[in-house]
Amino acid sequence: MARVQYREIDGRSGGFLALLAVLGALILGGLAAAWTMEHQGHHITGMTNRIVWGTPHVLAVFLIVAASGALNVASIASVFGRALYKPLARLSGLLALTLLAGGLAVLVLDLGRADRLIVAMTHYNFKSIFAWNIFLYTGFFAIVALYLWTMFEQRMHGYSARAGLLAFLWRLILTTGTGSIFGFLVAREAYNSALLAPLFIVMSFAFGLAIFVLVLMSAYRWSGRVLGEVVLTRLGRLLGVFVAAVLYFVAVYHLTNLYIARQHEVERFILVDGGAYTALFWIGQVVIGGIVPLALVYAPGARGSRSALAAAAACVIAGGLAQLAVLIIGGQAYPQQMFPGKEVSSRAFDGVVAAYAPSLPEVALAVGGVALALALTAVALKLLPFLPLSLADGDLESSAA
Amino acid sequence: MNPDRRQFLAWGTAAAAGAALAPGLRLIELVQARSPEEAASALRRWGLLIDITKCADCDVCVSACNEENGLSSHGRPQTDAQWIRKVALRDTRSGYAQSLPLMCQHCAEPPCVDVCPTGASFKRDDGIVLVDKHICIGCRYCVMACPYGARSFVHEALSGQKADVPRGKGTVESCTLCVQRVDRGETPACVEACDRDGGKAMLFGDLNDASTDIHRRLRSEPSRQVRADLALNTGVRYQGL
Repeated sequence: MARVQYREIDGRSGGFLALLAVLGALILGGLAAAWTMEHQGHHITGMTNRIVWGTPHVLAVFLIVAASGALNVASIASVFGRALYKPLARLSGLLALTLLAGGLAVLVLDLGRADRLIVAMTHYNFKSIFAWNIFLYTGFFAIVALYLWTMFEQRMHGYSARAGLLAFLWRLILTTGTGSIFGFLVAREAYNSALLAPLFIVMSFAFGLAIFVLVLMSAYRWSGRVLGEVVLTRLGRLLGVFVAAVLYFVAVYHLTNLYIARQHEVERFILVDGGAYTALFWIGQVVIGGIVPLALVYAPGARGSRSALAAAAACVIAGGLAQLAVLIIGGQAYPQQMFPGKEVSSRAFDGVVAAYAPSLPEVALAVGGVALALALTAVALKLLPFLPLSLADGDLESSAA
Repeated sequence: MNPDRRQFLAWGTAAAAGAALAPGLRLIELVQARSPEEAASALRRWGLLIDITKCADCDVCVSACNEENGLSSHGRPQTDAQWIRKVALRDTRSGYAQSLPLMCQHCAEPPCVDVCPTGASFKRDDGIVLVDKHICIGCRYCVMACPYGARSFVHEALSGQKADVPRGKGTVESCTLCVQRVDRGETPACVEACDRDGGKAMLFGDLNDASTDIHRRLRSEPSRQVRADLALNTGVRYQGL
């Protein structure tokens, strides 16, 4: 069995520095936005007393969910013993860390009192799934770091499988926790479902793999290394399976709701007459995030095409953002049903669909989080040998043999 | 002892007894208020009974709440604080119209308290649900969890705050049942205003005390909770809904 050679990327090209400059500017933009929100108060965002979680939360939840999904490639190698994925495991672990860091940065900087982060670390209400998530996130950082150490350090290779199993189990619990932030909300019609936990897990598989594929393709292309067909075809097929699984869970979620009379109105809102949310659901989530990537991955004409795979991954990301926007923002925009059989109105916007238009600061903060995740990834790739020198078909097969 | 002297002594004794007892009687009244050092007691459960057939077409309860708690508008209704609001209802089949005041329902099983990561949202032993402004991090998860849309997030800097109503930019707040008044042995501002200028629709009292009007009426008249399906055991009950 040929040893896989890992090497840092060169990271001295003009392109690499330009990439870091752009990402750095976006991070500064995000920090400036957070500072402005902190000083002015959240009234400068599009968020209100009815839509308390907006664009920053869509991006933050997306990144956090994708972080646990990005670890999947490593899990497939060490937990399920697929040797083909093993050379990809280091990048998989790295993305798990950087995406989580980006997501948490957005979440924390959006807090009304971000300066009280220490309070969140010292006061816990263990009945809150949010409090549990604080442990799940910090634990995830520690376990994935440990897992990466077992991969990097030759003396520790023997522990890699066990660390991988622990990381895999932890990430399943972590995404269950993220889904349950919404699943445990009994008061809102769009949430309040145990199905959200497994739905978030399959979403994480799809979103994390989509980001992994795009980062892998970009890194190999820009660093002039060889990325063979075998690995891309495998990853493409896997992405297709995950996307289909997301569609399945979404279908079951809505079919269940359609069977329950008191859920008919919220279903009508999402599926039929919810305006932007209905469009985001059908066009964004279902067509762009589901049907198009499936066609791109499985259609006979597109099979094996790099651009088709990249387009499929980009569609999964766009569709995933649409899905979370429908769930998080649409779920709040739909008025809470307190008086069945009554039309409700008030000066506090009861009974009407809440208006929401994201403002520049909250978009800048959200984009800053994405930029932070990508910048951390780029810098880490330059500092440590995360990527194999070659993922050419011949090299992979010999190392997998 | 001559009769005049005897009478003088009798009156004198009565006056002395009166002078000695009166402060005591006054003390009984004061004892019912809570001293600042004394913890809220679980023997009490403060609550409201709102008869919406008497709820007039006014919003004196809302104005009184804003005045008492120093809530001022920034002219941005979507982000302004609203602790109590008047909600108009119209039956979709019959067209029957009603209105009612809606605020924090002071649940015995409050979802806002369950979800709060730091424990800033809490329930006092006497059933009043509050936010500890010192440990609220402004995550707004409680706003997501409240079935009644009762909570507001402070979206901008505050001025002219009341000394006994702690508030702060970037934290969440809601009806406190005018805890500062209740602890002084008074009724919430909305109830007082409704009694004085409204339809006398609101009754405040201790749900646990069999001698109170609220207890008597809840025992003898029908009432209901908003979103009773959630089984939160609300401290605010409605009649005529």
